[in-house]
Amino acid sequence: MPEPALDVLRGLGISPGRAAGRLYKMAGPPLLPAPAPVADTGAETALAVRGLESAAGELTARAEGVADPAAREILEAQAMIAADPLLRESVEQRVAAGSDAAHAIDAACAEHREALLAAGGYFAERASDLDDIKNRAVAAVLGLPMPGLPSPGHPFVLAADDLAPADTVNLDPGVVLALVTEKGGPTSHTAILARALGIPAVVACPGALSIAEGTWSSVDGGTGEVHAGIDERTAAEVERSARADRDRLATATGPGRTADGHPVKLLLNIGSVADIPAGSPGEGVGLFRSEFLFLDRRTAPTHQEQTGAYEAVLRAFPEATVVVRTLDAGTDKPLPFLGLPEELNPALGVRGLRVSRRSPEVLDAQLDALAEAARVSGTSPWVMAPMVTTPGEAADFARRARARGLADVGVMVEVPAAALHAHRLLDEVDFLSIGTNDLSQYTFASDRQHGELADLLDPWQPALLQLIAQCAEAGRAAGKPVGVCGEAAADPLLATVLVGLGVTSLSMSARSVPAVRDSLARHTLDQCREHARLALAAADPDGARTAVREAAAA
Amino acid sequence: MPERTVTVASRSGLHARPAKIFVQAVARQGTAVRIRVGDGKPVPANSMLAVLSLGAGHGTEVTLDADGPGAEEVLDSLADLLSRDLDAEEVPGA
Repeated sequence: MPEPALDVLRGLGISPGRAAGRLYKMAGPPLLPAPAPVADTGAETALAVRGLESAAGELTARAEGVADPAAREILEAQAMIAADPLLRESVEQRVAAGSDAAHAIDAACAEHREALLAAGGYFAERASDLDDIKNRAVAAVLGLPMPGLPSPGHPFVLAADDLAPADTVNLDPGVVLALVTEKGGPTSHTAILARALGIPAVVACPGALSIAEGTWSSVDGGTGEVHAGIDERTAAEVERSARADRDRLATATGPGRTADGHPVKLLLNIGSVADIPAGSPGEGVGLFRSEFLFLDRRTAPTHQEQTGAYEAVLRAFPEATVVVRTLDAGTDKPLPFLGLPEELNPALGVRGLRVSRRSPEVLDAQLDALAEAARVSGTSPWVMAPMVTTPGEAADFARRARARGLADVGVMVEVPAAALHAHRLLDEVDFLSIGTNDLSQYTFASDRQHGELADLLDPWQPALLQLIAQCAEAGRAAGKPVGVCGEAAADPLLATVLVGLGVTSLSMSARSVPAVRDSLARHTLDQCREHARLALAAADPDGARTAVREAAAA
Repeated sequence: MPERTVTVASRSGLHARPAKIFVQAVARQGTAVRIRVGDGKPVPANSMLAVLSLGAGHGTEVTLDADGPGAEEVLDSLADLLSRDLDAEEVPGA
């Protein structure tokens, strides 16, 4: 057999790790061509019926592969609709009347869709099932790939234009080996999803959708390279060595440090005690988001409730640092009991610590509960406020926390004004924690949810790194810790830059810890400083990434 | 033609699981069974789409009819099915 031609594509690696397998594409809904005259009605009817049958077969196969009984029943019901005798009958009637197979399916599904909508209530919700069935049957008739997540029946590499949250609700990380998208950026949904699931991903990779269905491909989510047209044996080798990498990362334990022993605390971002995995890889908690206690509530949680929730987390790490962030809410993250009025521009409105201008009692109650949890558990949590802008705000927050016996008080740096005055903030508090996601949003005047501006929100932006450098320098001068707790901390290569800038701790999701630990262990502090110098001097994020990657590989 | 009128007992009505179980049971009988709500147009009971389009919620009275040999037994067993809360019954094999 001839060797298949190898095609090397390059994109942005945004979730590290390697994987290899056959590549399948996420297809959009098929477009109906202009109606075609039908010469052989019998053959056209058979074609239309085969289209419905393949939609039903595909849904049945999918149902069999689903473990959750509720999800399986939904898919089985959809398969029954695709195989419905009435639907088949109306398709046959339309072909007999001269319609081509694709248009007959389209029209028959539209007719039954109307009937379901007319039934109202939750019967009407099934109308979307018919859209899905129509798209599948029409795609089969036209010889186009099945729309939606492919299900080849074995693990595969998923290629797509870009992925929206709705496309990925059913994405099974046990089956999808890696993600490759033509569009997207480091903060796109694909990137966040891939990192959360711990699967390798490459975004902004032109040509990904030109790879033929089922082509054996390998993906490197670190370098951003995609090799299409490898042979099966090479794929197996990549998978084997990727598994060995993962095993090696998973078994490495101990505190974070550079190759020459410079310590860097690796901490966890958590929302509740449930986010702390058994045998936790971190050295403590760098960001305990306390919002979950307050979500969906008409009234504030009681003192006992709050105390109990904080105590559970503090007891999980009796010897380690636990940084509790006070309530981070605003009209963009609304909490009903706060009764905040609507704002024209919530990101620039009353949010984070600013809420305590209106409702100081909420913050005081939270600090009371945390102080009691500390007493009961015999621990010394650190506490910090979100969205602090001025040294005056930092001083006020510190006063209130210390009055309750909370000794280690810090603030988050998310606003450029705070980064510019990092040294003055450190006159008032004991530590800083940089939230890179919001700091990017405010420094680059780009909404975090705005897909078109993703490049501006790239954590490798040299101007962002310069603000981080300024905070780290202020920390060094004051002899106080400065950590990073945004997406940036979870990027193994960027982690070396942050350490080189002088950051003393990195906080991330538990899944990200092993790769970051490994990356730091392979570079000395001097190398990290060189990475920092290169990244700061680069013209743009791509230049920064390339320069640091080349230095790291040298 | 033999008929049975029965009240839909399932909490979600003839929707989701109950509709699926009912339509599958009809298909297994091999007898042509029709179903209607009140004086509405009878529709084939082996069609999921037709059954869903009845919009028969919990507590709705539906009428089944069938013809031919064994029609009485088939209608009895289907009426019995509809008079049970199928949402509450165990998922087979789960």
